[in-house]
Amino acid sequence: MKIKLTFWKVVFFVIMALGIYSSFIRYFRGLGAVSNMSDQFPWGLWIGFDCLCGVMLAAGGFCMVGAVYLFNVESLHSVVRPAVLTAFLGYLLFIVGLMFDLGRPWYIWHQLIYRNPHSVMFEVGMCVMIYTTVLFFEFLPNVFERLNWKSPIKWINKIYPILIVLGILLSTLHQSSLGSLYLIMPSKLHPFWYTPALPFFFFASAVAVGLAMTIFESTQSARAFGRHLELPVLVTLGGALLVALWVNALLRFEDFFHRGLLKQIVTPSYEAYFLWLELALAFVIPITMLSFKKIRLSPGGLYLASVFAVLGFITNRLNIALIGFETYVGHHYTPKWTEFSVTLMIIAAGFALFGLAVKYLPIFPEAHAPVKERIRTPAEIGSMRAAPVLHNAGD
Amino acid sequence: MSKAILYDATMCIGCKQCEGACAQQNKLPYNDAVAAESIQSAHKYTVVMSKDDKFMRRLCMHCEKPACASVCPVGAFHKTIEGPVVYDVWKCIGCRYCMVACVFAQPKYEWQSLNPRVRKCIMCPDRVVAGKPTACAEICPTGATKFGERDDLINEAKDRIRQNPSNYLNRIYGLNEVGGTSVFIIADKNVEEYGYPASAKIGDTPMPEYTGRVMERIPDFIPVWTLVLGGIYWVSHRRDEVAEAEAEAKKQNGSSK
Repeated sequence: MKIKLTFWKVVFFVIMALGIYSSFIRYFRGLGAVSNMSDQFPWGLWIGFDCLCGVMLAAGGFCMVGAVYLFNVESLHSVVRPAVLTAFLGYLLFIVGLMFDLGRPWYIWHQLIYRNPHSVMFEVGMCVMIYTTVLFFEFLPNVFERLNWKSPIKWINKIYPILIVLGILLSTLHQSSLGSLYLIMPSKLHPFWYTPALPFFFFASAVAVGLAMTIFESTQSARAFGRHLELPVLVTLGGALLVALWVNALLRFEDFFHRGLLKQIVTPSYEAYFLWLELALAFVIPITMLSFKKIRLSPGGLYLASVFAVLGFITNRLNIALIGFETYVGHHYTPKWTEFSVTLMIIAAGFALFGLAVKYLPIFPEAHAPVKERIRTPAEIGSMRAAPVLHNAGD
Repeated sequence: MSKAILYDATMCIGCKQCEGACAQQNKLPYNDAVAAESIQSAHKYTVVMSKDDKFMRRLCMHCEKPACASVCPVGAFHKTIEGPVVYDVWKCIGCRYCMVACVFAQPKYEWQSLNPRVRKCIMCPDRVVAGKPTACAEICPTGATKFGERDDLINEAKDRIRQNPSNYLNRIYGLNEVGGTSVFIIADKNVEEYGYPASAKIGDTPMPEYTGRVMERIPDFIPVWTLVLGGIYWVSHRRDEVAEAEAEAKKQNGSSK
């Protein structure tokens, strides 16, 4: 077999090679050698990005499942499978990231036997574990279809309503609980980011990012896999994103206002610069863009606005996890290159696995078999049922 | 009864014998190099700091309601009835939430180890259970570090301040901070000058309450939210069923004609 070398393949192999080297340092030299974490900065890039951002970026799964199966918005049906795939891979990679960050990852199963129900971390851990299992079942029909196994699909279709409700319940709990983690640090986290409303913000931002990520990944995979881009779907998502961004922005403003921070926010300071960056990327730029009908109806404009929103909320989470502690600690934390390298390796693995799944599984069904031959998911059956009505109407 | 430690900075002569005794008790290396280190670490649970010929000791405060114990997902920390907050290393998964949660920044980590542990003063629990004072209190030549019943030590601290008001600031650090601790500090200088977190900043609320307010709602939230989600699912899919039934009815009508 001859492997054709493209630019991105070379980049991928370089990232992987460096990542494997860093992994070696991590497991054979320890956390101190691989990272710039310290007693002053016990949580670094891996918690800030791999965990806080990783789970947020995987929120598209529960957002789209909620929209299509819970609210029965059938027009969005074509994006459910890629969104569930992204979520499933996202959570798997989150767990991989955790295996790097935990000091004793080989004891991760202790959560199951030494349970501490007062711990937010325990709740997040349990939710993530069960939700990853739920995502596995939501993802399974892809594999069954590929293998043409009909009876397991029927079986999964039967439990689908339970999977949907359970998945959204667990997502609500752990997306918000990631914010609750920081509630116990009122004297450490900078007041720009410490607020009793953190759990609400984490959930609200996860919904916005879920929508933005779905636009991002639909556009990206259309480009990469030569798929036809469904503009009406993107436009619907873009409209929802605009609403979600407004809700987030108003909640944030309300919170700053109530805590009397408005004056402090506009006064230049180290933290203020990062807050401005975050607010500009997450709110000002994408909201302004999406307010123009011309941009809201163009694939390029929607794509760009989503990228800004995603970057904005990533900045938000990194501010909470890293920048917000620097004044308390009294010095800066800059991740070591090996920390970046592990994070990049995990992201690259995510892209590669997504590509493989799309290649071998009916993630984007129209690319594989004609629609008629496929076994249908519940919502599709729902829309099929509606079809004869229209057909009869013409008689 | 609950035990505690009273540290009286005005009586401390900075001999650092408590550091040595602590190291010996916990089987940690102690030599001139370690003695010269002025910060706590995984190999130095307590430290005597000096500033303008005055001394201040730092060690785990052994909170009455410890944040470390409440945040640990596997319950590796717990407050014993005797007072010490102890650590069960075999449970620990190394998430380091205890380190970020502690307002006194007491848990330290073995960053260089391949099987790292969280390290902090555990108030010599074996000695305390056996009825003996902690190693640091036993060795202290001036009585600056005193071990005893928590209530007795609070009264003693108040007495010392009352009898010698010019010698002390009128405050007992640890009495009310984060809901009270099992280590009390009285001094003629503010502890904040030595790196302790300011009383006003950390407040009197026990730290576990900040997360507890949210966590205690979860048992109610789960059934309510499940019902709401299930209800939405039922309503939105009911429309399809109705449409299907109507289509069926229409079809039958059409065929009968």
